[in-house]
Amino acid sequence: MAEIVIKNLRKEFGDFTAVQSSSFKIEDGEFFMLLGPSGCGKTTTLRMIAGLELPTSGEIYIDKEEVGQKPARQRDIAFVFQMFALYPHMNVRRNISYPLVSQGMSKKHVTEKVAEVSRILGIEDILDRPVSGLSGGDRQRVALGRAIVREPKAFMMDEPLGALDAEFREHMAEELRALHDRMGATTVYVTHDQLEAMQMGDKIVVMNHGVIEQFGTPQDIYDKPATMFVADFIGSPSMNFLRFHGEVHTGSSSVRMHHVDLAVPTVREPFEGDLVYGIRPEHIALNDDGGNRGEVIAAEYLGTTQIVTVKTVGGDLKARIPSDQPARPGETVGLDFNGSTATLFDNQSGRALKSDLNEGVLAHV
Amino acid sequence: MSSYSITEPSRLQKWLAGTLVVFYAVITLLPLVWILTTGFKSPVDAIAYPPKVFFEPSLEGYVNLFTTRTRVSPEALQALPPPATWYEEIVRNRDMVIAGPSRYGERFLNSVIIGFGSTFLSVFLGTLAAYAFSRFKVPLKDDLLFFILSTRMMPPIAVAIPIFLMFRTLGLSDTHLGMILLYTAVNISLAVWLLKGFMDEIPREYEEAALIDGYTRFQAFYKVVLPQAATGIASTAIFCLIFSWNEYAFAVLLTSGTAQTAPPFIPTIIGVGGQDWPAVAAGATLFLVPVMVFTILLRKHLLRGITFGAVRK
Repeated sequence: MAEIVIKNLRKEFGDFTAVQSSSFKIEDGEFFMLLGPSGCGKTTTLRMIAGLELPTSGEIYIDKEEVGQKPARQRDIAFVFQMFALYPHMNVRRNISYPLVSQGMSKKHVTEKVAEVSRILGIEDILDRPVSGLSGGDRQRVALGRAIVREPKAFMMDEPLGALDAEFREHMAEELRALHDRMGATTVYVTHDQLEAMQMGDKIVVMNHGVIEQFGTPQDIYDKPATMFVADFIGSPSMNFLRFHGEVHTGSSSVRMHHVDLAVPTVREPFEGDLVYGIRPEHIALNDDGGNRGEVIAAEYLGTTQIVTVKTVGGDLKARIPSDQPARPGETVGLDFNGSTATLFDNQSGRALKSDLNEGVLAHV
Repeated sequence: MSSYSITEPSRLQKWLAGTLVVFYAVITLLPLVWILTTGFKSPVDAIAYPPKVFFEPSLEGYVNLFTTRTRVSPEALQALPPPATWYEEIVRNRDMVIAGPSRYGERFLNSVIIGFGSTFLSVFLGTLAAYAFSRFKVPLKDDLLFFILSTRMMPPIAVAIPIFLMFRTLGLSDTHLGMILLYTAVNISLAVWLLKGFMDEIPREYEEAALIDGYTRFQAFYKVVLPQAATGIASTAIFCLIFSWNEYAFAVLLTSGTAQTAPPFIPTIIGVGGQDWPAVAAGATLFLVPVMVFTILLRKHLLRGITFGAVRK
């Protein structure tokens, strides 16, 4: 097992820059998520760590050894593909033993290892089946078996649950996380599904257009987004953005928006211009005494909570409130913002302004 | 209520389709049946009018195909010891003796060497080229592929004279190597294009998995990609073999002695001692056998090869 350090990693395909100067560190034994929309460079980053693409510039350290320009077979890592890539002309047993055969391991030893791995994954009874007839879940387990059998330094997973149906995906996600906890192996996992990333990851890197937007724990990324992109991408429904023109000073703990004072965490940098007040739906309460007023235009029932869409001067807002609280379309309601959780953004660049809330988190970027 | 389905053909449609297929099969098979039966007819039956459908089978055609014979006077025939073998007896019945073996055997062997040799070479080179075109960034890839295809844009025989002169200068005329190279050159564009299609269909992840599992690029190609491409390789091989096996024009032009293949040889049988149709038919029948066997052996792959890409797995 090993830590992985990425330094100024860059990848260009002709004129197109897939990954721009990325740097981050994956601790030993961490379950690390590369998250972002399609085309953001997350898969390219993963493939560079694995050695399936060579970086245009930058360094990759696996277990303190620089491997950036080395072929995949010398990096001692395992890769789980989205479509599993089980060798179709081999049965399950041969698929799992294939990486061991390349190392020239003795037949007896191979048999033992395959037996051990298939016991861990619960696939002992399908070892002699051809892979073509297997269900999605079993294919997934065989692919995992092929990855863990060699006890590599790290695992790379490229949307391994993407090919499974929704019901089964949840089950496999738990199984995968449990397997990771049991083996303690450094894992780099690519996904575009923010829920999957939050649910499974120890740390998350959020990428967009080849740039790392934020790097941190799921809680930090959710509560203290570094950019508007992250705030919007993470969370469902996503963060509310109220746009206004105004100014803030270092030390101020409120902003004036459309003639109403809104509380914010103490600001740590001065700014004047187009601002965005970002607040998560669950931090908005409907309260008749609230300073902001608006008209309910829709209510979406979700069981214990409901999502209420309110039209205000600053734009439409979504609030997550208890489902027993009445909110009927057409009603006028007052809104209370939990200011201590809010984030102010520079509308032009999309970056978050420094405040007491996010100080320290932004330093990573 | 009778079951009715849009996708399932009705009985009438099935019957019509069946009739059509049988009708078509009869038309295409008839000449083959005719050749097959003519090979077993006596020379008289072979040219009988109206044609004989039922006849007494004879192996005379096959004996004539494999032997050269000399006519002798009845007195000399009487003086000979009685025929030792069944084929000698057939020949003696026509007042002839066997003078020696014919050239058919060696011509047939030439066909096997040249046909299978060029097929192997085309498929071997085609597979490597197709893999490279499919997986690597090759400079001027599209232009190269077009160039390879363009070699088939006119009938090969159109360049017969330059090739003839080239072969004479290089000393390749009437050699096995020359014919193998020539048929390979003609087949290679088909092989590259067909195989590239198959290679493109094989997901890269298979070999990437092998690369990560500790194999070199060549090992990944050999152990993972090749088994996947078996279908494509088999059908490409059949197409290549059918061309080089049946090729006539270049064989007539460039071979006469050592490297002559069966196609230009078979017609020359006609001239030996009258029009010996049973021998010609026997030669043609035997000539069909290798391609038929090869095709039947690989026919599962061939069917898959023809429809490849049509349905996503």
